[in-house]
Amino acid sequence: MIEVRDLHKAFGAVKAVDGVGFTARDGEITGLLGPNGAGKTTTLRMLYTLMTPDRGQVLVDGIDAVADPLAVRRRLGVLPDARGLYKRLTARENIEYFARLQGLDEATLRTRHEALVDALEMRDILDRRTEGFSQGQRVKTAIARALIHDPRNVILDEPTNGLDVMATRGLRRFMQQLKGEGRCVLFSSHIMQEVAALCDRIVVIAHGRVVADETPDALRAQTGETNLEDAFVKIIGTDEGLAA
Amino acid sequence: MNATVSRVRHAGAVLTVFLKEVRENLRDRRTLMSAFLTGPLLGPVLFVMLVNVQVNRELDKADKPLHVPVIGAQYAPNLVDALKQGGIVPDAAVADPGAAVHKQDADVVLRIAADYAKAWRRGEPVQVELFYDSSRQDTRSAVERVSQLVETYARQQGAMRLVARGLSPGTAWPVQVARRDQATPQSRAVLLFAMLPYFFVITLFLGGMYLAIDLTAGERERQSLEPLFANPVARWKILLGKLAAICTFSLASLAITLLAFAVVGRLIPAAKLGMELDLGWHFAGTVLLLMLPLVMLLAVLQTMVAAFAKSYREAQTYISLLMMVPLIPSALLAFLPIKAQAWMYAVPLLGQNLGIMQQLRGDGVSGEQLLLCLGGTLAAALVAALVTAQLYRSEKLAISG
Repeated sequence: MIEVRDLHKAFGAVKAVDGVGFTARDGEITGLLGPNGAGKTTTLRMLYTLMTPDRGQVLVDGIDAVADPLAVRRRLGVLPDARGLYKRLTARENIEYFARLQGLDEATLRTRHEALVDALEMRDILDRRTEGFSQGQRVKTAIARALIHDPRNVILDEPTNGLDVMATRGLRRFMQQLKGEGRCVLFSSHIMQEVAALCDRIVVIAHGRVVADETPDALRAQTGETNLEDAFVKIIGTDEGLAA
Repeated sequence: MNATVSRVRHAGAVLTVFLKEVRENLRDRRTLMSAFLTGPLLGPVLFVMLVNVQVNRELDKADKPLHVPVIGAQYAPNLVDALKQGGIVPDAAVADPGAAVHKQDADVVLRIAADYAKAWRRGEPVQVELFYDSSRQDTRSAVERVSQLVETYARQQGAMRLVARGLSPGTAWPVQVARRDQATPQSRAVLLFAMLPYFFVITLFLGGMYLAIDLTAGERERQSLEPLFANPVARWKILLGKLAAICTFSLASLAITLLAFAVVGRLIPAAKLGMELDLGWHFAGTVLLLMLPLVMLLAVLQTMVAAFAKSYREAQTYISLLMMVPLIPSALLAFLPIKAQAWMYAVPLLGQNLGIMQQLRGDGVSGEQLLLCLGGTLAAALVAALVTAQLYRSEKLAISG
């Protein structure tokens, strides 16, 4: 479970995150929705301890991210906005590198590796160097690398960015599987269809603030719009930066 | 129990980063070429070529007939004959001796005054003029040769005149200088090899450079630093693993270059110049030891500079500027002959430079000097490492966008 309380982060005069708070529960998919530049990535970066909040608190399974960042990182699987694979290493070597950094022993590494390779359907690309991978192959490798240590909490920053339809469908299936395993899945997106199709709970962020935190149905009821897209536009107050 | 387990894991993380960086960079052709081929072999090859050219030129000059334009040769046939015996070939007179030297048509021009014969017969001193350009280093031996031949001729003639008047030639030269050159064959070689320490430092520098750039600025540019930092490993451990990889590559570079110099040292005809050069195992071992802390210092400095840069290219620019720094002590020692003080050994780069030169002179490095050199550079490396670790903790480092 990930609990976020009143997060603030400013870069100079720009308040990127200005009082964000929400809870992402185990066994649920929580979507962080907002237009580009709303503060989604900055919020997530504070969750996985890359950045320190100016104010507020992040708790992962009850552990404070500022007080014990290493313990928090052990409980998180993170697909950052920057995928950043090592081009001169194969997919397998990329995954094994992170497994060793997580401190996995060889036996655990093998079992987890096999399970992830099957779930992500990436056996055919395992021993190729990642240079020249398609966007979909890159995301698969980056996800396998991020989840090799079997974390209870999964953070995915715009996971379907740049993927084609087939890859997107595969990824959605995989996220459903993570939810089915009882994990806490938190992902960000600016694509409404995706959030609507996947999420148990939607946290809408605009201008660094949470403007809605509901189930999809409650969102529709709250705004009086039957169409989710119209509901979002109404909440955010503009349709700038949103894509269907 | 718990503490032991986590410590094992920590050492593991540093090792994991180290192994991955080494493996990844062994697959990069440019890094390999620079660290193991062009970097370490350029020095020795260049050296052999330079030294051979110089040696052959020196040897040539001693034996070869030297062409010198002589103005007024007809006034002093005896002098010209003496010059011919000394291996000088008098060429036709030139109209403007100053211009001929200036335009490098001639290395040296000899002018004999028209009243030479008249004055000679009267027993008065006569003048011959030598035109040359002292800023042209390569003509120095030619000028020296002509001038010595003229002086020898003058002294012979003077002695004969004294004898003819019944005097001992010794009366005209009451004081004679006897030169006692204390240079040893090794110390003579030092002049020629003053730039050797710089070659070693540059090799170290090039050996680690691409790695240093790639491991910090490159990783940042390729956006792989952010996922890396999401792992439960303290950043200083990641930094340590990366530094170890850089050090390994630059040490390997240095080892290759020392090996090449040991082989090539036998090909340098130093003995022909009256020099003795020992670039063997003992020399290589001492250099390696002296350079060990410098390897660390350079790796840390390169990483520090790369951490400031936002892109690979930017880092490359900064690091090329950094490459100028090792030139300073070498140039200083080459142009300003300073007597080495003990404290100088504790200054990074300068200490290594002095130590290597001392080893080349055949004097050896004393224990105190060795300790100062190792300690001083190691301390500098440690301070730089702490600063770099601080840079690595910055939030901005991981973010490329």
